[in-house]
Amino acid sequence: MGLRQAIRLRRERRQRQWRAFRKRRQLKPVADRTAKIDARDVIVFCTLRNERIRLPYFLRYYRDMRVGHFIFVDNDSTDGSREYLAAQPDCSVWTTTASYKAAAFGMDWLNHLLRKYGTGHWTLTVDPDEFFVYPFCDTRPIDALTDWLDTYRIRSFPAMLLDMYPKGPIDAVPYREGQNPFEIACWLDAGNYMISRNRKMQNLWIQGGPRARVFFAEDPAAAPSLNKIPLVKWQRGFVFASSTHMILPRGLNMVYDEWGGEKASGCLLHAKFLSPLSAKVAEEMQRREHYAGSREYEAYSARLETEPDLWTKWSEKYINWRQLEILGLMSKGNWA
Amino acid sequence: MTVGFIMMCHTALDRAAQVARYWASHGAPVVVHVDARVPAQDFDALGRALADLDSVSFCTRFKCDWGTWSLVQAAQTGATQLLARHPEVGHVFLASGACLPLRPLHELADYLAARPNTDFIESVTTAEVGWTVGGIDMERFTLRFPFSWKKRRRLFDAYVDFQRRIGFKRKIPGGIVPHLGSQWWCLSRPTLTAILQAPDRPQHDRYFKRVWIPDESYFQSLARIYATNIESRSLTLSKFDYQGKPHIFYDDHLQLLRRSDCFVARKIWPKAEKLYATFLSDRPAESLAEPNPSKIDRLFSKAVERRTRGRPGLYMQSRFPRQDHENGKTSAQYSILQGFSDLFENFEGWLAKYVGARVHGHLFGPDRAAFSGGETMFNGCLSDSAALRDYNPRGFLTNLIWNGRGERQCFMFSPRDTQDINWFTATDPNAQISVISGAWAVPLFHSQMDFSEIRREAARLQQIEIEHLNILRSMYVKARVRIWTMAEFIENPMEPLQMIIDEISPRATRRLTEAPQMIDLTGFGQFLQNLKNQGMQPRLMGDFPVAGDTVPPPRRRPYLVK
Repeated sequence: MGLRQAIRLRRERRQRQWRAFRKRRQLKPVADRTAKIDARDVIVFCTLRNERIRLPYFLRYYRDMRVGHFIFVDNDSTDGSREYLAAQPDCSVWTTTASYKAAAFGMDWLNHLLRKYGTGHWTLTVDPDEFFVYPFCDTRPIDALTDWLDTYRIRSFPAMLLDMYPKGPIDAVPYREGQNPFEIACWLDAGNYMISRNRKMQNLWIQGGPRARVFFAEDPAAAPSLNKIPLVKWQRGFVFASSTHMILPRGLNMVYDEWGGEKASGCLLHAKFLSPLSAKVAEEMQRREHYAGSREYEAYSARLETEPDLWTKWSEKYINWRQLEILGLMSKGNWA
Repeated sequence: MTVGFIMMCHTALDRAAQVARYWASHGAPVVVHVDARVPAQDFDALGRALADLDSVSFCTRFKCDWGTWSLVQAAQTGATQLLARHPEVGHVFLASGACLPLRPLHELADYLAARPNTDFIESVTTAEVGWTVGGIDMERFTLRFPFSWKKRRRLFDAYVDFQRRIGFKRKIPGGIVPHLGSQWWCLSRPTLTAILQAPDRPQHDRYFKRVWIPDESYFQSLARIYATNIESRSLTLSKFDYQGKPHIFYDDHLQLLRRSDCFVARKIWPKAEKLYATFLSDRPAESLAEPNPSKIDRLFSKAVERRTRGRPGLYMQSRFPRQDHENGKTSAQYSILQGFSDLFENFEGWLAKYVGARVHGHLFGPDRAAFSGGETMFNGCLSDSAALRDYNPRGFLTNLIWNGRGERQCFMFSPRDTQDINWFTATDPNAQISVISGAWAVPLFHSQMDFSEIRREAARLQQIEIEHLNILRSMYVKARVRIWTMAEFIENPMEPLQMIIDEISPRATRRLTEAPQMIDLTGFGQFLQNLKNQGMQPRLMGDFPVAGDTVPPPRRRPYLVK
């Protein structure tokens, strides 16, 4: 890396840290149980808005994984999400009415909380509709993974976003509270992902899946990014640059092997295409608080009215992590 | 006679205590060495946890760093203490705090009692080991290593380099032949006593203090002097990966460990409740089986291979090889056929009949990817959208081959198609590329377009094909390439077609009986002449006489490039 680029990246990192620091005043504590965090806990960080119906399963999923604590930023929910979370014994909740978009899509808030509470911990930064799957997740808790990563001094662990969808119209089967969303949205695209390398940040840029195929077939460059690095052993100087797609310092983005081998990786099962999606899309179209002028939501609303079935006869039905590893979507690396 | 244990502990002391208790309560004395860095309160807690056991004692504590003399010192001290305090001990077993006994203690005791003078210590000469860290083997014994390999890597490397350059060499004391091996051993009392009480031990110690990673060589080399019967293997199942880190066992390895018949395994994840609960429970001693870790060996060597070599042809979030380091640009063999679909009617259909393969149309066609059977999608939800495909053509191809694993993929190609993959396929050993050069002119010959347009299009396609052929003739080509001019090919089409088919499905014994239907070429020579008359020089078709279209040109062998 040239000196000039090093300086530029450092400046970008400092700027983001500074933004996060300034935005801290937008956050009001609702329930602060961070004193209960054990030094060895894995902590989940999450921003949300009106996700009440999804929360019970979300919490159960990550508690079963032996996550120690949850830190939520509630962006002005009106459906009782905040109150529900504030009542949980292992959750700390902050709330804000400020703009999601102006806070770099929530990342400024999370960057601040990550620095304050995540430093020294393994942190898992996910959305409420993202479910982390890693090698051996059915038999080994998450601290088996993080202990293993510690022995290799690996500081970040990738998990590509895998869009899951139901068979038939997306809104056909209503989602019940507490239900495993992948009972309904259990289908995935196995092999249509497009990867390129981002020289500046050294991350891989992955696009594809049902969203690229159905909504962005004519404009693939605009298709959403699927590369994510949700699991990070946080240190004070770290900062997420663009959602969890990229992180600075950029060495943390080097989660892939360049010499032919496979590093270990996981997946984030994305339960986005699940009822009530149409209502959510309509609301987000009103709020215009999403990435790139909410072009993703524009594309959805245009297509959802006409052809809401993402399923094809080539879709793969989700079984478990071993299937994802055989398909080549994730890897055990040298963990056995 | 019984077996005694030395346990080297530095973390997860509660687990170490559990294991020490198991051994001690089943009749094996234990000496525990705790790293001097462990805080006093943790050490005291361990002492309290084991206070009720008379046969457990603690030895002098040393500060132990990876690969340093302190580890040998700790083992020496522990062994001396164990031999002095417990005269009933016939074998001494060196274990760590992360070890777990997999078989009842009596099975181990019986096994050793049946071999009273055997020393179980992996001990291999430096010439034969393939696993040394840092590429240093014999030099471990002849250079000096004052800098830590873990913390001061640069200084370490620079100093090694310096010594090599000035030709520095330490003298190995007489009688010692350097041997290396796993640091987890089980030595008989006579051998261990001889090592510890040797008259020239001060000399040995002084020498090994400056050897790199002495815990892998001190006992391993000295046992060769004093032992009567060495079994060069460790009774501890301990696997290391390519970075020299031990593989870790979890609850889901339970069955594998049980069936391995090994006596002791390391390293166990401290939170593996089920493993500790299962293997530390009281079980009857019944088996006399030899340890057989081959299944576990296979599991871990596969893991290392996955990490270092990966799955060929896979591009994914944690495997994205640089160019020329792919270890397989694609995952399976495939065939690219250029010009065939222009020259023959329904060539895909004909080929599919003769080969057990998936025959696609023009996957890189300008309008869409023509998957076989006219499908709009292929395995893995690969879309036929030209925009998606051309956004990342190489990714499209590698995805197609990966998704179609287990079935050979064939597809048609022409200068009309997206050309971005040409270098990639030409340098891919999995590709089999067959070209009938100039065949792209046949559809133009039959088209109803204005002749000036035909001329322009012909010039464009010819230029594209020439560029492609230049790639296929370059010195970098790794693919299996065959090129015929159109004239050569139509003179005797059956021979090359048979060759292509044999290559796609080598085991098929069926000979070609029916040739594909060639498109009518009456007047093609005149068409080429017309192009020439318009100032365009068709160069790739070979010789077509203007008159007498059916007269074949003289026979020539098709040539084979690589």
